[in-house]
Amino acid sequence: MSAILQVENLRKTYDGGFEALKGVSLDIQDGEILALLGPNGAGKTTLISNICGITRPSAGKVTVGGHDVQKDYRAARQMIGLVPQEIALEPFEAVLNTVRFSRGLFGKKPDEAYLEQVMRKLSLWDKKDTQVRALSGGMKRRVLIAKALSHEPRVLFLDEPTAGVDVELRKDMWNVVSALKADGVTIILTTHYIEEAEAIADRVGIINRGEMKMVEDKASLMQRMGQKQLEVLLTAPLQDVPNALAEYNLALSPDGSSLIYTYDTRSDRTGITRLLTDISAAGLVLNDVKTRESSLEEIFVGLVSEDRT
Amino acid sequence: MNLYGIWAIYHYEMSRFRRTITQSLVSPVISTSLYFVVFGAAIGSRIQEVEGVSYGAFIVPGLIMLSVMTQATSNASFAIYFPKFIGTTYELLSAPVSFLEIVIGYVGAAATKALIIGALIFATSHFFVDVTVAHPIAMVAFLVLTCFSFALLGFIIGIWARSFEQLQMVPLLIVTPLVFLGGSFYSITMLPPFWQGVSLLNPVVYLISGFRWSFLGAADIPVGLSLLAVAGFTCLCIGVIWWIFRTGWRFRD
Repeated sequence: MSAILQVENLRKTYDGGFEALKGVSLDIQDGEILALLGPNGAGKTTLISNICGITRPSAGKVTVGGHDVQKDYRAARQMIGLVPQEIALEPFEAVLNTVRFSRGLFGKKPDEAYLEQVMRKLSLWDKKDTQVRALSGGMKRRVLIAKALSHEPRVLFLDEPTAGVDVELRKDMWNVVSALKADGVTIILTTHYIEEAEAIADRVGIINRGEMKMVEDKASLMQRMGQKQLEVLLTAPLQDVPNALAEYNLALSPDGSSLIYTYDTRSDRTGITRLLTDISAAGLVLNDVKTRESSLEEIFVGLVSEDRT
Repeated sequence: MNLYGIWAIYHYEMSRFRRTITQSLVSPVISTSLYFVVFGAAIGSRIQEVEGVSYGAFIVPGLIMLSVMTQATSNASFAIYFPKFIGTTYELLSAPVSFLEIVIGYVGAAATKALIIGALIFATSHFFVDVTVAHPIAMVAFLVLTCFSFALLGFIIGIWARSFEQLQMVPLLIVTPLVFLGGSFYSITMLPPFWQGVSLLNPVVYLISGFRWSFLGAADIPVGLSLLAVAGFTCLCIGVIWWIFRTGWRFRD
């Protein structure tokens, strides 16, 4: 896969001096789903706004499909669809007209068949003549997606698509995203629901205070998340891990009072029973056992709280 | 040039016009008809001829201008302010359209609406008075130029406004008084010399005078000067819009 979107050292400082983006760099691969996680005010929406042309970057470079978003904005923007966080729609216009407007605005000649196809996929076709104000919140969000897809973009930004929606609709939205990916659309979604990133993303990026803290494959993240630690507290501290327990790759706590065993929860055998038997056989006496696991949430909270200190 | 983009904005705005036909079209026509009844028939019957024509016929160009100027301003200002208010400007800003194309779409639609209203009032006036047009081409030219220049002004107001109150303020406190005092209902030669001088500072006087010249063949102010005033006003508005485009003032952060 090649990068369809490249962000290099992007900075945004507002007039009041607030630095919303502090040199963000990011490559987004063609056809992937990237979830951008971050707390409120982290810079997620600012990053999207700078890529899409809603705000002007203070420094840095963004290219979409090789087109610079400032110098070659027409070609770059034609490749992008944006679904904003807030539901912002002309309330008195009919659904189909507002979708037609979006297609025209992006410089595409009318194609009713394509619009019908998009709207059918989003279960909107039955509502094509309905005024936007008569729709439910979930349907309005679908209209926003239809508008964003009306000009056949290669890259779709979904800014918190499931903020404040019920569980059923959230699942529904995830299905829509999966279907879009199947059509070859690259998707960047911002969220602060960790389970959302877990459910649909290929990669996860964590942003906080205007800085990208990490971008990693969800699979390798899950690997890290899937690891669990068993801490065996001993009655008497040790100098070294006994040779009889060498095969377990145990770590010794700094004060020597506990042994730490890392294992994979997803494997058939965790080896815990055998380890505990071997510990007893080595003549060690157990005082207590504790387990600890790392979740995406923990990684996320860890990275975010590091910044606060 | 993104022609589909310009057309999309223009078409969308015109569809709003069709959707709100009563407010857009019927109400200015009714209110202008009321002016004809009150000023033209009731009061006008007691006024002798002005500049060689009946008072009713004299006020026709002024009434058309009054509606056209206020409608062009309010239509254009609302057209760009409303997306700002409901948050849909994100789409304009993220689309491959230049600021110039956005202006052409919105201003073109607002000017078209004002032109339609002007034409309808012109047609309606025939029910009340005998209207003759001495210079039809000049009349159309003045009307079109005025529609565009005031739609440009309205667009600037819509970009500037941060609330509905501000949106109403400029048309209500500046445009309407200037139009009323710009000779819609009288010839400025009727005023005492001092107020004639003051009136010449009002740009609308030149527009109404020029438009009236195209109807009556005579005017308070030489027609060349009127034309220069409309052109100057249009250039000023274009200049301000160019500056907004360069700076993104109140439109793009």
